[in-house]
Amino acid sequence: MKNNVIVTLEGVTKKFPSGKGLFTALRDINLTFGKGEFSGIVGPSGSGKTTLLNIIGSLDTPSEGTATVLGKRISDLSQKQAALLRNKGIGFIFQTYNLLPVYSVYENVEFALLLQKINTAERKKQVMESLEWVGLADRAHARPSTLSGGECQRVAIARAMVKKPALVLADEPSANLDSDNSHHIVKTMKKLNRELGTTFLFSTHDEKVMQYLERIIYLKDGAVDREEYPKDS
Amino acid sequence: MGNGKRTWLNVSVLSIAFVVIIFFNGMLDGWNKQAKTDTIAWETAYGRWSHPLYDPYDPYTFSDSHGVPPGVLQEEINAGHAVPVLLTQASAYPGGRMINIILKGIDPGQTLLEIPSGVMDSLSPSIRGDAIGAVIGSRMSLSSGLQTGDRMIVRWRDVNGVFDARDVIIAGIFSTNVPTVDVSQVWIPLETLQEMTGMRGESTYVLLDKELAEKTEPASGAAYAGGWHYTNLDALMKDIEAVVEAKSGGMMVISILLLCIALLAIFDTQVLSVFRRQKEIGTYIALGMTRGRVVTVFTIEGTIHALLAILLGSLWGIPLLGWVQKTGIPMPEMTDQAGLAVGDKIIPAYSMALILTTVVLVFITSLIVSYLPARKISKMQPTEALKGKLV
Repeated sequence: MKNNVIVTLEGVTKKFPSGKGLFTALRDINLTFGKGEFSGIVGPSGSGKTTLLNIIGSLDTPSEGTATVLGKRISDLSQKQAALLRNKGIGFIFQTYNLLPVYSVYENVEFALLLQKINTAERKKQVMESLEWVGLADRAHARPSTLSGGECQRVAIARAMVKKPALVLADEPSANLDSDNSHHIVKTMKKLNRELGTTFLFSTHDEKVMQYLERIIYLKDGAVDREEYPKDS
Repeated sequence: MGNGKRTWLNVSVLSIAFVVIIFFNGMLDGWNKQAKTDTIAWETAYGRWSHPLYDPYDPYTFSDSHGVPPGVLQEEINAGHAVPVLLTQASAYPGGRMINIILKGIDPGQTLLEIPSGVMDSLSPSIRGDAIGAVIGSRMSLSSGLQTGDRMIVRWRDVNGVFDARDVIIAGIFSTNVPTVDVSQVWIPLETLQEMTGMRGESTYVLLDKELAEKTEPASGAAYAGGWHYTNLDALMKDIEAVVEAKSGGMMVISILLLCIALLAIFDTQVLSVFRRQKEIGTYIALGMTRGRVVTVFTIEGTIHALLAILLGSLWGIPLLGWVQKTGIPMPEMTDQAGLAVGDKIIPAYSMALILTTVVLVFITSLIVSYLPARKISKMQPTEALKGKLV
């Protein structure tokens, strides 16, 4: 079972400078996430969900405690090592999609592979496969500005999944979407989770997303309040 | 203003700076080249042996700086590789006025200098009478009011300090870009001047042709018997070099100012770009790009301004500079008062070295001003960048 653990958080605390003092965004978080989990961190605004995802995603480091992701201690990583970890092992899905507007759908998805220096033919194969997963192969040459919000988020999912990462972190992925699109994108992610065994970790307070989660961690004022397992995995 | 418009505005300003730098420097190089060519052709030839007392910057030395050239030089004069010139101060009285002049004696048969010395002997004896045939430059003609065929009295002191005077008739007027062979100078046959001054066989300096100068070059600085000293071509050109260098200083200030304006615009655009595209920067970092690589991407983006400016500058600059090179730049009439060889027109010279140096200069400076704002990215917190917040 221990071999299946890909994220371990031990006593993770995060403090930010605030005025003359420090604001504690996370307090003594102890959690593990296993391979293939489809879990969510739920809590009101300011509860520390995004901060926690940022630390797991090696975009930030804990002030205290240790966060180990895919066998790497986040605090010990140099900038280059953290970039490599994100590039190879972690996919990000953002609330506002964060697509690069000057690139086409294809180029947005291809971007992550370019950083891995994969050859053109292999890149093309992987990008098209990824776009097929999200049902956007026919929009490969469209610009993000011509896509709907749901389509943009599906491009973002394709971009996160194209490198087949072990872990995908989705920060409020449905916050800007209507009900139908929310269901659609979470179902897409759930399908990829099942088919590819990718671990998905959400931060959300969207009921529509929560109903698909296998494990829900409730955060309150930066600390774990409780955990629920709505469905057996 | 949109990004596209801002980019093209920057590119346009930078392209102007690029072309103007080449234009200014090309003009200076052209002037330098023209001044040297004309000075060699009219005044200095390729090298000069001069009497030990001769100082071209001190007219008081002229009366004493004369002597018979050493034997070796005499052989070269006889062989046609060297031309002796004798100077003496004199007074001329054109139209009843007195002006100070330098009488210069030169062999009428010489072809080393462009001075039309053959014209001095061209007047028929019936016209010339007892007068000495002389040629003067157009500046001298203008200032003295002398025209071809006019006569004037010239008074000088001979080797013993005794005053004497004779009529001089203007046999010809030449036009040259080199004022130092023209202003206040009257050219007469060497033998006549030697006879007038009692300095038989003597000269003040001896000018060498290219072949002889090249052979003499290794002996530069050495002195012949009698202490005659040699001045090579580089030393003869040093005045021109000094003036061009001084001029290029002023031109450089203008070029730098222009370049700074263009680079400031690029810098400003880069600052704005880094400020406005923080979310994009955060996304790059989240996707696994190192901050160093993001800095490189933004620096390259900024430097592309330079590349576009060079292309745009080539588009309008090549025809424009080509046309200017074909037609030349007319110079105001008073320009030659500076005492240096300046033609009616300056033909700019655009060398490959000049163009490449300017390209490299524009490129490197653009690279630097693009890098300076971009390096802020390396200090950016990716989590803050993703929110699109201020750094």
